[in-house]
Amino acid sequence: MREIYAEQIKDAVKNLVMDTEYNLPEDFIGALKDSIEKEESEVGKEILQTIIKNAEVASSEQVAYCQDTGYPVFFIDIGQDVVIKGGNITDIINEAVKEATKEGYLRASLAYDPIFSRQNTGDNTPALIYYNIVPGDKIRIKFAAKGGGSENQSKQAMLKPADGLEGIREFVLKTIANAGPNACPPFTVGIGIGGTFDYSTVLAKKALFRHIGERHPDPRIAKLEKQLLEDANKLGVGPLGFGGIITAIDVKIEIAPCHIASLPVAVNIQCHAARHKEIEL
Amino acid sequence: MNEPKRITTPLTDEIIQDLKIGDRILLNGVVYTARDAAHKKMLQEYEETGKLPFDVKGQIIYYVGPTPAKPGQVIGSAGPTTAYRMDKYTPKLHELGLKATIGKGWRTPPVKEALKKYKAVYFAAYGGVAALLSKHIVHAEIIAYEELGPEAIRKLVFKDFPVVVANDIYGGDIFQEGQKKYRKICI
Repeated sequence: MREIYAEQIKDAVKNLVMDTEYNLPEDFIGALKDSIEKEESEVGKEILQTIIKNAEVASSEQVAYCQDTGYPVFFIDIGQDVVIKGGNITDIINEAVKEATKEGYLRASLAYDPIFSRQNTGDNTPALIYYNIVPGDKIRIKFAAKGGGSENQSKQAMLKPADGLEGIREFVLKTIANAGPNACPPFTVGIGIGGTFDYSTVLAKKALFRHIGERHPDPRIAKLEKQLLEDANKLGVGPLGFGGIITAIDVKIEIAPCHIASLPVAVNIQCHAARHKEIEL
Repeated sequence: MNEPKRITTPLTDEIIQDLKIGDRILLNGVVYTARDAAHKKMLQEYEETGKLPFDVKGQIIYYVGPTPAKPGQVIGSAGPTTAYRMDKYTPKLHELGLKATIGKGWRTPPVKEALKKYKAVYFAAYGGVAALLSKHIVHAEIIAYEELGPEAIRKLVFKDFPVVVANDIYGGDIFQEGQKKYRKICI
């Protein structure tokens, strides 16, 4: 068994959170730069340039890219040959988020009680953590700072098997069009198809971690990703919804087996603050 | 793209009448912040006492919850939040004299009607470019509801803060107009 110490995990996660908040992933920035040329709208071009400049300023000054520093979401794969010493991993992750929030000047963006007081928890905890046990002796930690504006425009539908591809396409494109300027395009669109009602949404969120341009290994799904991206960019939404060609930077689909009666589809909209990073310990 | 116009708060009917969708504006002067929790609290307070925590006449509300300021900063990252969530409260504030709001995304019909009726506008700021926008804020202080943390009401001073007129008193909508031109498929 390989031993990993709680303190080591905490420091790594704290750095991961701050790095994610200040520095957009390079593949995403590269794709944004490439998109300027394709954009036909003058305002759209200017917005894309402003977005890139914002990324540069956030990175060079080490400040939050967006004031909505997001809901901290983790996907953690723990190798079954790892022993974590010196603390409970959920507590460690939350402690790391707390410290990153304070030391990194991040906004406290969680309300403890969703219905009544809606009081701010003050430190961005509790984080949402999905654990997965995997073979091996490593821990892989994926982190997303998920903004509320784009999360609010995300949707799930329990389609009928008979709705098929066309039903999926219509639901996805309607969701993107409705999200429009409310969710800060250009988007990356995470789509989960199959599984159960709840699992489809987890798949959609997980899909957002794939690199820009990295297609699904199943060529049929890869083709669907390309088609949906092309169609999304015909909707006219454009950068920040002011109209234009570049509505989405990428579309990523994850699939899972599902019930013979069901066709669950979830669309997780990701704004241009596409803050997803991962580390391995 | 048109040249930006400089405007200084407070806003008057004359200034508002001149604003058309797509106009690029550099805002200067005092602006107040409020978002979800502050709106709820503010309108509740108005119902109970007949008063708001600040006089909205001629003023602008910016929908923002900034990050904490780092040492040496006036304010942390401070971009707009999605405006429609405030639409339940916005017509009343315009009735009480509020002249403009700043946010991102589209507004619902009751707000668009209120803009026409009470002579007010909705400005869109560029969403998500929060590190850049904070550089156009030269002063920030909490004036009410400190307990709401990032949602407290702040008095800001803007210096050439860039916005676009998104909804005007003539019923225009910049997002609908802009998107129409580039839509190539119907769904």
